[in-house]
Amino acid sequence: MEITQKDVEKVAQLARLAVSAAEKETFAKQLTQILGHVDTLSQYDTTGIEPTATVMGHVKVFREDIVRPSLSSEQALANAPEREVDGFVVPKILEER
Amino acid sequence: MSLHKLTLCELQKQFQTGEVTATEIVRAYFLRIGHVEPKVKAFVTQAQESAFMEADVLDRKLKGWRKTQPLTGMPLAIKDNICTDGITTTCSSRMLQNFVPPYDATVIAKLRAQECIVLGKTNLDEFAMGSSTENSAFGPSRNPWNLRCVPGGSSGGSAAAVAAEECVAALGSDTGGSIRQPAAFCGVVGLKPTYGRVSRYGLVAFASSLDQIGPITKDVSDAAFLLQAIAGHDPMDSTSVDRPVPDYMKALKKRDLKTVKVGVPAEFFTEGLDQDVEQSVRAAIEELKHLGAEIKEIRLPRTDAAVAVYYVIATAEASSNLARFDGVKFGFRAKETKDLLDLYMKTRQEGFGPEVKRRIMLGTYVLSAGYYDAYYGKAQAVRTLVCQDFDAAFKEVDLIVTPATPTPAFKLGEKSEDPLQMYLSDIFTISVNLAGLPAIALPCGFSKEGLPIGLQLIGRAFEEETILRAAHAYEQSTQWHRQKPAIR
Repeated sequence: MEITQKDVEKVAQLARLAVSAAEKETFAKQLTQILGHVDTLSQYDTTGIEPTATVMGHVKVFREDIVRPSLSSEQALANAPEREVDGFVVPKILEER
Repeated sequence: MSLHKLTLCELQKQFQTGEVTATEIVRAYFLRIGHVEPKVKAFVTQAQESAFMEADVLDRKLKGWRKTQPLTGMPLAIKDNICTDGITTTCSSRMLQNFVPPYDATVIAKLRAQECIVLGKTNLDEFAMGSSTENSAFGPSRNPWNLRCVPGGSSGGSAAAVAAEECVAALGSDTGGSIRQPAAFCGVVGLKPTYGRVSRYGLVAFASSLDQIGPITKDVSDAAFLLQAIAGHDPMDSTSVDRPVPDYMKALKKRDLKTVKVGVPAEFFTEGLDQDVEQSVRAAIEELKHLGAEIKEIRLPRTDAAVAVYYVIATAEASSNLARFDGVKFGFRAKETKDLLDLYMKTRQEGFGPEVKRRIMLGTYVLSAGYYDAYYGKAQAVRTLVCQDFDAAFKEVDLIVTPATPTPAFKLGEKSEDPLQMYLSDIFTISVNLAGLPAIALPCGFSKEGLPIGLQLIGRAFEEETILRAAHAYEQSTQWHRQKPAIR
């Protein structure tokens, strides 16, 4: 299947990834090529075959809901690109009226 | 004999008997790193200061007759996608260039509890995505056997560091062959444990249904020794399995392969397999037969599907796992952005390299509305077929022997412009991850050009002992692992 530059734009938006004009062109070509190879999977009959999401099977893991030691807010904030006292700083989200 | 030439088990003995101190070991290794690192470029970060400090603390303690641990004083290198408290963990990405984890991965906590010394963090393809280390944001590592060749990837830095004797052993991670392929390319031993055998807590996630941490070492005994230290259940990783860890060193004691049935899958010996590789692997199979193994021809008919299945499943999982890199809580943040969406988009555009972006795009596409069933659903169903192939084979045989890679190490730049060709070079290692099985790569010869060739042994889930025993028996009857690169 042919992946167009328009497809690339749409997917990049979904992935929250800005792409340049050059990247759009390259990705369209490369994704077409790679998905062409993926299309070879159609030769395998999978009617009635259960999908494998993990080799572990459907194991549910529970634990007691108890308080355990965790990172201090200082440690959690130590790698923040921008911070203010006790929080992460991001650009304004709400418009002013 | 120079300390850097010893294996982990040899160095451990010298240390335990008091012939060398931890400080002498660390000094010897940084001397060695100083000599060869400018050529090999295996490390992203050298932790010289903390290594000498830890060694000093150990030496002082040991003067007071303190009891040692199995790994006390052993100098290790760690792939730079495994979190180390206080030492930068970059994933060889601009995105995490300055990221200092506030905690240790469980494998690191286990190694530290055994008093090993971390010499540094090794180079990888960005976020473990690649087969050559050429996708590292900090430049590629080199193959110690031929500096114009790639060391393989993604754990190329770890494999190169072990081959160049810049550490006594290393940890890597393996999602589609990222321990075994570089081990094969660099002439060292690489073990991918069963999915669930080793905790991934603190391993920066790439494809969660496939990722596994494992040892890269100079020989098979060292691999068993290091696996012993890191294996086991961890409440912090719900995919780690609560089942007893066997004594892996004990498994090595059997020196013959009588009663072991070894399968040879025809699908791994087709066109595209390098002649030197085929010859060496066929000779290795003969050797296994001499050691008493019963050799059987088997079929793994869906082998051809593995690469396509992998590049759908791994990229789908990656696109989700890498959503966390958004420039808010840690890592890189783009400057001058107009709003939050713009911040996300530009941060990810500037922070990720081309291969990571390509995989995020591919993964997002195969999960997007209208394509989910055709790609993701289909790949998951074919994954079941790949698993069934192994299930059927392991009813007939105890382990499977294959080449680890179709060719020896390729040249830098040879495949970097063609992603699909690069992906196809992982064809012999990928199906093992899809089925969650344990597998080891070990040296079995050299090409005409003098590049190492790797043998792969695949076992049943949680039967690491069988592959270690067979690998060790083979290694004992050959000399390949004793050859060292000249590094020039």
